[in-house]
Amino acid sequence: MSVAEKLEPAPRAIGVETVGMTKIFGSLTALDDVSIRVKPGSFHALLGENGAGKSTLVKCMMGFYQPTRGDMLVDCKVVDVPNPKAAHAIGIGMVYQHFTLVPSLTAAENLVIARTDTPSVIDWKKERAGLNTFLETTPFKVPLDIPVSGLSAGEKQKLEILKQLYLDQRFLILDEPTSVLTPDEADEVLGLLRGMTEAGELTILMISHKFREVTAYADDVTVLRRGKVVGGGRVADLSVQDMSRMMIGETEIRESAARVAQPERKLKLELAGLFADDDEELPAIEAISLKIHEGEILGIAGVSGNGQSELIEVLSGQRPLRDGRLFIDKKPYEPERDQMDRFKVFGFSEEPLRNVAVPRMSVAENMAFRTFDKAPISPFRGWLSPHPMRKRARELISSYRVKTPSTEEPIENLSGGNVQRAILARELSGNVDVLIVANPCFGLDFASVAEIRGQIMDQRNKGAAILLVSEDLDEILELADTVAVMSEGRITYQSPMARTDRATIGHAMAGHH
Amino acid sequence: MTDTTETPALAMQTGLLAELQDRFRRSAEYVVIPILALIVSGVLFSIFLLALGKSPADFFALVWRGGFGTSFSWQNTLVRSAPLIFTALCVAIPARLGLVIIGGEGALVLGGFAAAAIAVPMIDWAPVFVLLPVMVVAAIAAGGIWIGAVGALRHYRGVNETIASLLMFYIAVSVLNFFVEGLLRDPSDPNKPSTRPIGSENMIGVIPGTDVHWGLIVGVLLCVLLYLVMNRTTFGFAAQIAGGNLRAAQAQGLPVGKLMVVACAIAGACAGLAGFFEVAAIHGKANASLIAGYGFTGILVSFLARHNPLVIVPVAIFLGGIAASGGLVQRRMDLPDATVLVLQGLLFIVILVSETFYGRLSFFKPKGDR
Repeated sequence: MSVAEKLEPAPRAIGVETVGMTKIFGSLTALDDVSIRVKPGSFHALLGENGAGKSTLVKCMMGFYQPTRGDMLVDCKVVDVPNPKAAHAIGIGMVYQHFTLVPSLTAAENLVIARTDTPSVIDWKKERAGLNTFLETTPFKVPLDIPVSGLSAGEKQKLEILKQLYLDQRFLILDEPTSVLTPDEADEVLGLLRGMTEAGELTILMISHKFREVTAYADDVTVLRRGKVVGGGRVADLSVQDMSRMMIGETEIRESAARVAQPERKLKLELAGLFADDDEELPAIEAISLKIHEGEILGIAGVSGNGQSELIEVLSGQRPLRDGRLFIDKKPYEPERDQMDRFKVFGFSEEPLRNVAVPRMSVAENMAFRTFDKAPISPFRGWLSPHPMRKRARELISSYRVKTPSTEEPIENLSGGNVQRAILARELSGNVDVLIVANPCFGLDFASVAEIRGQIMDQRNKGAAILLVSEDLDEILELADTVAVMSEGRITYQSPMARTDRATIGHAMAGHH
Repeated sequence: MTDTTETPALAMQTGLLAELQDRFRRSAEYVVIPILALIVSGVLFSIFLLALGKSPADFFALVWRGGFGTSFSWQNTLVRSAPLIFTALCVAIPARLGLVIIGGEGALVLGGFAAAAIAVPMIDWAPVFVLLPVMVVAAIAAGGIWIGAVGALRHYRGVNETIASLLMFYIAVSVLNFFVEGLLRDPSDPNKPSTRPIGSENMIGVIPGTDVHWGLIVGVLLCVLLYLVMNRTTFGFAAQIAGGNLRAAQAQGLPVGKLMVVACAIAGACAGLAGFFEVAAIHGKANASLIAGYGFTGILVSFLARHNPLVIVPVAIFLGGIAASGGLVQRRMDLPDATVLVLQGLLFIVILVSETFYGRLSFFKPKGDR
């Protein structure tokens, strides 16, 4: 069956319903009797906090998990989805938060290889004709002939959606599809999808944290909290306050911590003329000199890929310095364990599983990275005692509200927000003098974001010197006392927050200075 | 934000219970998967035998008899297990850091050679309680430096440790040959180029009532010791962090390079000890007989034991038994001696494949996750 034939009659949107869906992991009930109904041709939003069960629900729908109880109905008929392949066969596809394209292949190649019936020898002429016919049926336009690595984030996300349409999926699950996009790109993508649902070609179930997107694009909404459906209905009938109250329940979202005036500003951390190379041994950062005082948050803004990640790696000991020095309290500092302990230097960053945690090790072990070689976990030099390690982990899990089945669970099985909370517990539970933070809220929902930003502000108010690198300008504007802009590996602009504004910083980020 | 609305004490209790269940489930996986792998290898090997027109039942019966059937075969098995325990440790310890070292044979050969060589000028005057400790130190140092260098090459120059350790095995063999055929050759032995024998009065004896030398006991104790080192010390924990995620280890300021070199040196020292016992308990001198493949079978032992030092002991005995039965199989079934090597090879491949099933079989997943 050729692609053209498959698409000739416009694909009709399908409706999906779950009835009493329940999923239990060990002692954790991730989904509790969840029934939702996504009508054919509707744009349905799924809202909820971290660990509310959104991902578990869609993974059950996609066949990654088997529900403990409950059924799934497609167009009112009970279906069995033992694996993702079965879901695809029914017409249910998913677009993930992170890209799943092959960067070195072109868009056309990515589309063709994604098919299950790709022949061993590909007749590109025929495929190309098929692709062109297919593209005429969709509003998404993506350059087909350059490698995916050369596409912008917005184009990649469009290609991900295009891929699902090309595979004839008629029910799309989108997992926070706009977290990697600029606001303009997000509006474009969601607008096009909205158009397709209105035309009855597609049904969409979108996991989101952004109320703006839900109110602007979704028809219906379902809110999950602690694995249960706690509300929902037509978006038009609900206010943002209604939805956020449903999501949060009685839990208080912490107010953004007040900025306490810091009269005495003693110099704490100094970066003096730092140079370092990237993985290709090309200069990545050049002549970075910054001073951070006690009780000050220095925010480094910049478009991703301008040397920020290399700078963070240098500061956390993951990348060697080519030249330059670091000073804390005017004493030379190198990111080695004994000095980190002596100067009380801590840090955390985006994608903790990649950067600062060991995915296969347990929650308790991951929480002990800073303390395993000190009493009480190590009562005498060299020895390690697992009991105090678990005890401490239990305390941290409850005080930082980390959701995990047990202290022995591999940390990779936790949701993103809970991994970050576990790391926060590890890094912030002691005395912090210097804190190095990179994109701490990347990909997290707003309750976690508020929590993490509040914790950073608390540390500032307690007198820590904080270096915050963020690609989210709002985060810098909210938190920083002093802002610096990084462009092409250099600091191109620096100013106290009180004497600058978003437009000026934005200009500097775009390279005008 | 816990889900439980019960009292904190009750919540704590259910938490503890879940922890225990979790641990049990995971350990079950570590037992069942290797056993399944053994069964699959047995089936594949049976097909091989049937293709040769031989009876698999006879073969396995002979392996049983030759390896474990009589007290004589048991002793033969245990003698072969001792070096396997040491060389398996040479794989298991670096594996915690994510390093795949396959050149344990080189450290064994060099350790044995160093022990024999340092003994040469001492045989005439040194009492046994001086000679043997000096030989032990020489063997440990030679093996430790040899594999330690592999770790250093990996960390400081980015040289692949698997290839480096394999190539260094060939260098070790050449070093042995160079000396035993030249400078250190014993002129009184016309048959096989060897170093001068250390003399039967200097040899390590056997465990009373058996033909098994003390190396087996030392090996077992070393496994227990290294198990404790890897699981109950800050060094072992740091090694686990570095092996699990190098970036995380760096972010914690851990001395990754030092960890790698130390782990490799410990590994090499273990293999070097195997060489020492081969010289001081079996051969009495260093010659080409040291190159018996124990280092390579040790890789299989370690993988089968999932790099757990405690599990290495039974697995080494098991594979020692298979090796010990080779002669009997050859005589009774008219099969070449290498047949048991085919079995070993099959086992290794199946074990490597079975590694990919950990965490994938729904049977072992948390309740309700099936």
